[in-house]
Amino acid sequence: MRTLIARSLFSKPLTVPAPTADEASCRDVAAALNHRARQRLGRSLAIRAIDAGSCNGCELEMHALNNAFYDLERFGLRFVASPRHADVLMVTGPVTWNMREAVERTFAATPAPKWVVAVGECACTGGIFAGSYACVGAVEAVLPVDLRIPGCPPTPTAMLQGLLALLAPTKPVATG
Amino acid sequence: MTHASNEIAGIPGVYGTPVDNHAPCTRHRVDHMGWITVCDVLEQGRADLMGLWADASEVHMALFVQSERIAVVSISVEGGEYPSVSRRHLPSLRLERAIADLFGHKPVGMPDPRPWLDHGRWPGKRRSTKPAQPYVFLPTKGEGVHQIPVGPVHAGIIEPGHFRFTANGETIVRLEERLGYTHKGVESLMEGADLDRGARICGRVCGDSTVAYAIAYARAAEAALGLEVPERAHALRGVMAELERIANHIGDIGAICNDAAFVLMLAHCGALRERTLRAADAAFGHRLMMDRVMPGGVRADLTPRGEDAIAELLIRFDAELPRLMELYDDTASIKERTSTTGILSADLARRFAAGGVVGRASGRDFDARRDLAYPPYDRLDFTVPQINSGDVNARVWLRFEELWQSISLIRQIVADLPPGPIACGIPTQIGEIREGCGVAEGFRGDVFVWLRLDTDTRILRCHPRDPSWFQWPLLEAAIEDNIVADFPICNKSFNCSYSGPDL
Ligand code: SF4
Repeated sequence: MRTLIARSLFSKPLTVPAPTADEASCRDVAAALNHRARQRLGRSLAIRAIDAGSCNGCELEMHALNNAFYDLERFGLRFVASPRHADVLMVTGPVTWNMREAVERTFAATPAPKWVVAVGECACTGGIFAGSYACVGAVEAVLPVDLRIPGCPPTPTAMLQGLLALLAPTKPVATG
Repeated sequence: MTHASNEIAGIPGVYGTPVDNHAPCTRHRVDHMGWITVCDVLEQGRADLMGLWADASEVHMALFVQSERIAVVSISVEGGEYPSVSRRHLPSLRLERAIADLFGHKPVGMPDPRPWLDHGRWPGKRRSTKPAQPYVFLPTKGEGVHQIPVGPVHAGIIEPGHFRFTANGETIVRLEERLGYTHKGVESLMEGADLDRGARICGRVCGDSTVAYAIAYARAAEAALGLEVPERAHALRGVMAELERIANHIGDIGAICNDAAFVLMLAHCGALRERTLRAADAAFGHRLMMDRVMPGGVRADLTPRGEDAIAELLIRFDAELPRLMELYDDTASIKERTSTTGILSADLARRFAAGGVVGRASGRDFDARRDLAYPPYDRLDFTVPQINSGDVNARVWLRFEELWQSISLIRQIVADLPPGPIACGIPTQIGEIREGCGVAEGFRGDVFVWLRLDTDTRILRCHPRDPSWFQWPLLEAAIEDNIVADFPICNKSFNCSYSGPDL
């Protein structure tokens, strides 16, 4: 283990990879988000993920935000285990009827001010599952949505960009 | 056309009437006695259950029989009833409960008639039969036992489901799962869809296995339509399937270790997973490779740039994987948590025909890539690693071993990529109703898809069966007598899907 840690210590961090178009834009987003998040919310913003019936694709990409490439925590953004600690709810999936009540209760358990982000095509519009007897549809049918991040699934970069938009100074504060 | 009754291939002693236009195997309609005999064959371990599903008038069962083939049998539902399979072969229980919820067919003699997918919340449409009443969990009695309810919303970024633990002090005496929260009605959405829309839905039944689902679906459609898929398409499907396996296995290894607070492993595995998704994106234009496989072939060809990205990725795995294996194997604190934890017995793995890592880490020697030898695997050289100890450690180690196989498979395919087209044409009029089934080995195990197409190739009925149907119940067994604090690591080592079996 010591050699592995030593090797990691002396190798280049993954978060500063050789620039390609994609990664450069990711870095821009990251830098801006860093500045504005501090301006708006001090040092941290707590995010709680709610799977409202997704296919798990969106969850996988949300997970990726935590890996060494995107390293969400360097901005003071982090995923928390309880809605009671959260400022932002990132909701995925076409809100199944079987999850609806749990989604509402999770929202109710989140203290104001709070923001709801619909993550992925399903959460934005119901996606390919729209019209099913088992799905309510877009998240906005159940909760007030502050931001939509489309994509099936959205890339981690798109999610970072979305969080940046949420933090833009012109955005009115939702009081929930 | 009527046919004489004949003996069903692979199930000696069971007779049925062949049904027209089912491929690649014949589907047989059996009578009451025949159905019960098939259930007994399952329970005696002479065949493995591959799937159990229904339509408006019949209940269908797919079996894997010893001679490396699939058999499909059906029974007519009479007066809304059919003889329960789970009464004789318990692993089918949840599938039967789902059939009752979705189609209303009553399995006579079913040991547990509680609803499964239907939580009493579907409004108006389609069989919203059950009133919203509290779900009754199995009773537990005994001095000092208490219950711990968890979910459906969990602490991590994971799918929703409810776990009801009964514990005595620290020790779990029973776990009861309640799933169905992500039920999206995918089967009804597929009814009436054309093949293309069907592929997009099927590729979203379970997003982490989108390639495996898409391949199983495509193979079912191709069997039904009698299509010859170009060799190059088969090869590219193989590359995608193995990339999907690599991304999930390496992610799982990191996540399992993270549940024992071994974060260093998560960091390294997470980076490798990200690199895999980037290579997939470079090669096929989507990080998870959604919508890249379709009936008839594949949608994206491998470009030289994509080939380079994959080659680079594999070289990195060559360098880093041995270090991670060593790190895992040499760290006593993690091995102490994973060894002898969450043991799944070989007997249960066999009875439930558990696929994937869960089965193979408990001695069940089955892999659809080898045992149902579909292209491109029929011309590739690989082994199916297997371990007998059945604990979390076995499931971690097997994932490492399977990574090496996947790496070798991709190299073999890319080194000898057949030239030519990447898809064949698909008819739009076939003049008759046709049926087909397909299997693909996903990272969790065998994904099975059954399809019935109308005369204009629209979908009349599609049933995708996730490997987790036969793994979730085994988690309940494996966790018994473990401490509550070890549940996350056991659960992650199974990594069953919610969305897949919730349909
Ligand atoms: S948007 Fe796409 S990836 Fe996300 S839950 Fe819906 S189908 Fe899955």
